[in-house]
Amino acid sequence: MAEPQPVLEMTGIVKEFPGVRALSGVDFRLFPGEIHALMGENGAGKSTLIKVLTGVYSLDGGTVTVDGKSVLFASPLQAQQAGISTVYQEVNLCPNLSVAENIFIGREPTRAGRIQWKRMRKEAAELVDRLGLDIDVSAPLSSYPLAVQQLVAIVRSVGTGDSDGEGSGTKVLVLDEPTSSLDRDEVLELFRLMRQLRDEGVAILFVSHFLDQIYEICDRMTVLRNGTLVGEHMVRDLDQVGLIELMIGKALDQLEELHEHQLRSDVGETLVQAEGLGRTGGIAPFDLEIKKGEVIGLAGLLGSGRTELARLLFGADQPDSGKVTIGGKQVSMSAPNDAIGAGVAFCSENRKAEGLVPDLTVRENIILALQASRGWIRPIPVAQRDELVAKYIKALDIRPANPEARVGQLSGGNQQKVLLARWLITQPQLLILDEPTRGIDIGAKAEIQKLVVSLSEDGMAVLYIAAELEEVLRLSHTIGVLRDRKLVARLTNGPEITTSRILETIASGEHQ
Amino acid sequence: MSTPSVTTPSRWRALTHHHLFWPVAVLVALLLVNVPFTPDFFSIKMTDGHLYGSLVSIVLFGSPLILVAVGMTLVIATGGIDLSVGAVVAITGALTCSYISDQADQNALSGVFLAMGIGLVAAVVCGLWNGFLVARMGIQPIIATLIIMVAGRGVAQLITDGQIITINSEPYKLIGGGYWLTLPFSIFVVAAVVAVTVALTRRTALGLLVESVGGNAEASRLVGIRSMRIKIMVYMFCALCAGIAGLMISSNTSAADGNNAGLWIELDAILAVVIGGTSLLGGRFSIGGTVIGALVIQTLTTTIYTIGVPTQTNLVFKAVVVIVVCLLQSPKFRAKVFGAKGRGKTAAPAAPATPADAAPKMEVSR
Repeated sequence: MAEPQPVLEMTGIVKEFPGVRALSGVDFRLFPGEIHALMGENGAGKSTLIKVLTGVYSLDGGTVTVDGKSVLFASPLQAQQAGISTVYQEVNLCPNLSVAENIFIGREPTRAGRIQWKRMRKEAAELVDRLGLDIDVSAPLSSYPLAVQQLVAIVRSVGTGDSDGEGSGTKVLVLDEPTSSLDRDEVLELFRLMRQLRDEGVAILFVSHFLDQIYEICDRMTVLRNGTLVGEHMVRDLDQVGLIELMIGKALDQLEELHEHQLRSDVGETLVQAEGLGRTGGIAPFDLEIKKGEVIGLAGLLGSGRTELARLLFGADQPDSGKVTIGGKQVSMSAPNDAIGAGVAFCSENRKAEGLVPDLTVRENIILALQASRGWIRPIPVAQRDELVAKYIKALDIRPANPEARVGQLSGGNQQKVLLARWLITQPQLLILDEPTRGIDIGAKAEIQKLVVSLSEDGMAVLYIAAELEEVLRLSHTIGVLRDRKLVARLTNGPEITTSRILETIASGEHQ
Repeated sequence: MSTPSVTTPSRWRALTHHHLFWPVAVLVALLLVNVPFTPDFFSIKMTDGHLYGSLVSIVLFGSPLILVAVGMTLVIATGGIDLSVGAVVAITGALTCSYISDQADQNALSGVFLAMGIGLVAAVVCGLWNGFLVARMGIQPIIATLIIMVAGRGVAQLITDGQIITINSEPYKLIGGGYWLTLPFSIFVVAAVVAVTVALTRRTALGLLVESVGGNAEASRLVGIRSMRIKIMVYMFCALCAGIAGLMISSNTSAADGNNAGLWIELDAILAVVIGGTSLLGGRFSIGGTVIGALVIQTLTTTIYTIGVPTQTNLVFKAVVVIVVCLLQSPKFRAKVFGAKGRGKTAAPAAPATPADAAPKMEVSR
C-alpha cells in the first residue's frame, strides 16, 4: 500500500518568544481520515504548535503545506479559509443566539444584504442531521449543556466553507482539550461524531490530558517535549508507560536510580479525614486520611484532578458529596472560611490570579490571611505586625527584604515565599501546597522543599502537589496517585516505591 | 534602587513620583490661572468676623462634592461604583426638610436633630440596598446603583409632593450656610468626615481588606476575607457620606429640590476619585487624593466663571481640562511626552517593568 499524501505537513517549525524558544524545529504531519493525538507535558509546545497551525501566531521558521501547497497563515481566518478549523477548550460561541445562528455566524446566507433566516435554519438542520445529532437548531445555544455546545462548535467548524461554495469544506479539525469538562456519556457522543468525521476523510488533531481517551480514539500520535519533536508513533505500537516515558523524557529504570531518601516514620494521630468527598466535573468521590506531621504528595498528570482534590479540602470549590472531619470535628467546607477556621491553609498553583494582590506591599500580602481571620475591626497591632513580617521575611529569606515593596514586582520564587509566609503566620494544622515550586528558580525550589520537611517535623500536616515526581517522592510519607479525576491509589512511601512504580500506577490506574 | 547621595534630581524624582504629585500640580496650576484675571485671588479678608476669599469659597462650595467623593473612593476601591449618590443627596434633603417644615417651631434643636437623623437613616438604607444588590445578589454595581439613581429622584419628588420645600430653620442653616470660628461650618463637617474616614480605613484593617477585595477578588476569597460584608459596609458608608452632603446642600439653600439637588454629582465624584489617583479597577485608594481631586473640580468651576468662559461653552472647557489632567496622570502618556529626557537618568522604573511585561508572554508559550 502506497503511503498516502498528508493533508497537512509542517516542517522545521520554529517559534520564539522573548527569552524562550517555544518550538525548535518541530515536524508534524496529518493524514486525511485519521485522528492524531498531540501529546506532551504542560509547556511542551502543544498549544504553540496549534496556534502556529491555525494562524494565531506567526512562524519564526519552517514551512507549512496544505495538500502539497506551501501556505503562510497570517490570521485564523486565513487558516479557516484553507480548511483548518479549530475548536478550543472553552466554547467560543454566543450562548444567547440560536444554534443555527451560531453555526452560521459571520457567514450567514444573504440575499440583497438581508439574512435568509429560513434557508439558514434549513441548512443548519440538514448539517446537524447529517452528523447524526439531535439538536433543535432554532433553540438558543444556552438551553443546551456545555457538551452539546461543544458539539455545536464542532458542527460550526465543519460547516465552514460549505455554504459559500469555494472551499471544499474542512480538511483539518483541531480539537484542543474538548473533553476536559465533559462526562463519560458526553465524551462518547463526541467520539462518535469524531469517528464519523474521520470516516468522511477529515483529519482530526486531538489534544487531551486523558490518556485513556487517547488510546480509545486516536490512530497516531506525535509527542513533544520542551519544544522539540520526540517522535511520531502509531497508537497501537506504543503502550502507556512508553508514552509517559517519552513525555517526561526519562526511562523508568533510569529514574529509579535517582531515587534515594530516608523516611521519617513517626507521624502522629489523624488530623483530617475525608470520606466520599467529591464534586461532579472536578474529582470523583475519594477517601483520604491525613495525619499530623504527615506529608502527603499527590502524583498524577496535569488535569488528573490533583488541584481539584486540594480545592475541595479547602472549600475553594463546594463538594457535592461526602464530608470532612478535621481534628475530630466535621467541617462544612462551603467556603474557604470554614477550612481556614479549622486550620487549613492553601497556596494555589495560580499565584497571580488566586494568591497575590499585586498592588499591595509585601507586608500587606503577608498579613492578609491573619488579618482576614481577625476581622476588619481588630487590626494586628503595628509593633506585632512589623515583628511578624520581619521574622518571616528573614526566615524565608524573601528578597528584597523590604516590607514596603510592591509584591507584583518580586520574582516568582519570592512571591511564592510571600504566599507561604502569609499562611505560616496563621499557624495552620494542614498546609496545602499546589505546585509551590512551579516557575521558580532552583535555589528557591530547594528552600521551599526544605521548609516543607521542617514544618512536618514540627507536626504540621502538608498536602504537597507537584508535577515533578522526584519532588513528591522526596518529600512525602504517603503518595496519592490520581488519574482521570480519580484518586486511584495510595502508596506508603518506602524503599520499594520509586518514580517508575508511580508512573506505572498512573499508567495502569491500578494499585499493584 | 538605592541612591548613594540625595541629590536634587533624586529628590525631585521622589517628589514627582509621589502619588499626589500630579493632582496637586494641577490644582496649583488651576489656582494660578486665576491670578491674572483676579489679582486678589489668594487674599482672604475678615468681614463681620467671617473670613472671605476665593480660596474659602472653593472649599465651601466644594464641600458636598468632597463628601460624596470620599465615600465613592471606598466603593471604587472595592472595584465597584455608586451612581446613586446624587439621588441619595436629594432623598436625604427632601426627607429632612419636609420633616422640619412640618414642625411648629422650626428652630427647635430636637426637631432639627431628629429630622437629620431620619434623613441620614434613609441614606444608609439606600446604601444597604445597593450593597445587598451588589454583594449578595451579584448584580453589576453600575446596574445595581442605577436603580436608586433613577428611582431615587422619584422618591424624593414623592416626599416633597413635587414641590420645592422651603424651610426657615436657623440651626439647620448652620450646616451648609453658617459660620463657626470665622470659617464656614461646612468646612468643619468635611474635615470631620475626612478624618473619620481616614481613621476608619487606616486605623483599622478596613482599608487593607477593601484594597485586597478590589485588587484581587478571588485571592481575597481564598484568604478568607468576608468580602460580602466589606462591600455592603462600604456602600452604606458611601450613602451616608452622600446623605451628609444632602443635608449640606439643602441647608445651604434652606430648601429641598427633589429634581435638582445633587444632580450629576455622582459623575463629578467619580471624576474626583480618578483625578485623586484611585483606579476605577479597584485596589489601592487614596482619600487625600480624592479630596484634592474634588478641589480640582471645584477650582475648575470657579475658574470658568472668573476667566469669563461663556456659559454655553463651559462644559467643553471643563472637558478639555479633565482630559489634560487624565493624560498627565497616565504613565504611558508621560513616558511618550516627557520620556526622552527622563530615560537617560532613570533607568530604574523601566527595570521592574520588564519582568512583568515578559511574564505574560512566557505564559503564552505554554
